[in-house]
Amino acid sequence: MSAKAHLEVLPRSLQVVLGLGLIALVAFPFVGTDFYAQMVSRMMILAIFAMSLDLLQGVTGLVSLGHAAFFGLAGYVLAFVTPAGEPVSLWWTLPAAVAASGLAALVIGFFVVRTHGIYFIMVTMAFAQMVFYLFFDNKVLGGSDGIYVNFKPDARFFDLENKRVFYYFTLAVLVLVYAFLRRLLWSPFGRVLAGIRVNEHRMRAMGYGTFGYKLAAFALAGALAGLAGFLWGAQTGYVNPELMGFHMSAHAIMMVILGGMGNFAGAIVGAFAFEYLLHWFKDLPTIGSVNLGKHWQLWMGMFIVLVVLFAPRGLLGVVERIARRKEAVDE
Amino acid sequence: MDLANFLIQLLNSVQYGLLLFMLAAGLTLIFGIMGVVNLAHGSFYMLGAYLAWSLSSMTGSFVLAILGGALLSVVFGLLLERLLFRHFYQRDHLDQVLLTFGLIYIFEETRSILWGDDVHGVKIPELLSASIPLTDNLSYPVYRLFMSGVCVALAIALYLLISKTRLGMKIRAGAFNRDMTEALGINIKLIHTVVFAIGVALATVAGMIASPISSVYPNMGSQVLIMCFVVVVIGGIGSVRGALISALLVGLVDTFGKVLLPQVAGMLVYMLMAAVLLWKPEGLFKQ
Repeated sequence: MSAKAHLEVLPRSLQVVLGLGLIALVAFPFVGTDFYAQMVSRMMILAIFAMSLDLLQGVTGLVSLGHAAFFGLAGYVLAFVTPAGEPVSLWWTLPAAVAASGLAALVIGFFVVRTHGIYFIMVTMAFAQMVFYLFFDNKVLGGSDGIYVNFKPDARFFDLENKRVFYYFTLAVLVLVYAFLRRLLWSPFGRVLAGIRVNEHRMRAMGYGTFGYKLAAFALAGALAGLAGFLWGAQTGYVNPELMGFHMSAHAIMMVILGGMGNFAGAIVGAFAFEYLLHWFKDLPTIGSVNLGKHWQLWMGMFIVLVVLFAPRGLLGVVERIARRKEAVDE
Repeated sequence: MDLANFLIQLLNSVQYGLLLFMLAAGLTLIFGIMGVVNLAHGSFYMLGAYLAWSLSSMTGSFVLAILGGALLSVVFGLLLERLLFRHFYQRDHLDQVLLTFGLIYIFEETRSILWGDDVHGVKIPELLSASIPLTDNLSYPVYRLFMSGVCVALAIALYLLISKTRLGMKIRAGAFNRDMTEALGINIKLIHTVVFAIGVALATVAGMIASPISSVYPNMGSQVLIMCFVVVVIGGIGSVRGALISALLVGLVDTFGKVLLPQVAGMLVYMLMAAVLLWKPEGLFKQ
């Protein structure tokens, strides 16, 4: 069933929509206010995070409930290497943070990818929680309060302290990661991962060492999550254990589902939609004596339940279904 | 560590382990029989604690609160299974994860609307508030022994129910082969509803009897949920016996870890899980 439910090749109509979306993102800083430009930067960072999870969840069929650990870890690396009085160079801290997350994912992956299905879900969650408590319980690592990142990294050729520059830097990273993952999806490596999702036993029978492939996917996804986490730490100037928490991981799963799994474009759409909705729910007005925004968890919970009940294939799935129906009518 | 201190820690670890077992048993049963991952299981624990607090201040009696709360939790479990969970038994684990994550949000916010966001204490009933002196300045509270007693009694009841009664036989048959059991004329849907309600009730009762010691606070379910996951993973999904042994093991490691190795105490349990995974990826007592 999971093979059928995936939309790997994007139909022309969706490609047009994505192209228009990219144009809108490029134009946005010129029309939107600073506040919204920052919000869109944040959405783009989360979109990178969601794409990294999609490599596991949508492509390989591994549902990780602990992906935020690698996201938060890279943010912490940035916080640790940034001194109190001056910025550090982007060009070594970014690779270092990504490598740290990738390495952590490699070690944790060594334990988790030998499990299947429900075990995988539970074990990834437990390991992420272990990382969470490591930082939460140790004052040296910032404790429950977290750490400030006083300066954005110094990029030498451009100034990341400038909000608009940061916006375009994030957009460039988003586009690069998307292009990389789309290319990866159709590479022999990506085909093996998709094969593992559809039928791991058959892949093994064909002679593929699925353990190694899954471990590589897990480490790569962790490294890319780290890339997003590094940007998050730089943008917000603050990291805390919540970034690694269970809710963050679950939100990422929801983003991927909401957009549509297995093609990375859905993860981007889902991240934007989810983050916008979260913002919208928290901003709901007060009616009479009831502050609707204060109860955002209730609305978000209901929304998630409704999506699972009625649109398990996500927004792109809905768009595609409408497009298909239209084509059928045209013929 | 002298003998009295050791004894106290040992009793504490057994009590914590037994409490974890109450939660993990429901989780592992619901997964083993219906194939559902329930992230909202921790919310039932929280619900129990809040029920104990509000019912005991309403009725003035802790015992009445527990009995009433247990009854309410069974009704709650029945409704939840009928209206929602039933439709997810055959669906992807991913859908189940999302559904139950959404439920966590709904339960948390409903709790906030009904009972507020303050931390509350529940009074230990008069009868159980004494302490047993061990040495001149060390003593052990009777209430903690009472907690362990309740857990042991419920564990025995669960064992008898599953292995000695007609209903238990049907439950085991349903877990073994759903279609064949149904073909033999057994109402498997009813069995599922009952198992789900039992799981909810066990978690709720655990929350209720733990409330005087742990106090009652928002989000108290999430931490305990993750410990339960660890217990279930170590014990082997679907195995109640595995859950018992692994819960006691986790209780021991966690309690003595905090005393002997406080620097890494938070991580010890997860290291135990990692070690078990290397040795037996499907848990100690895979069914």
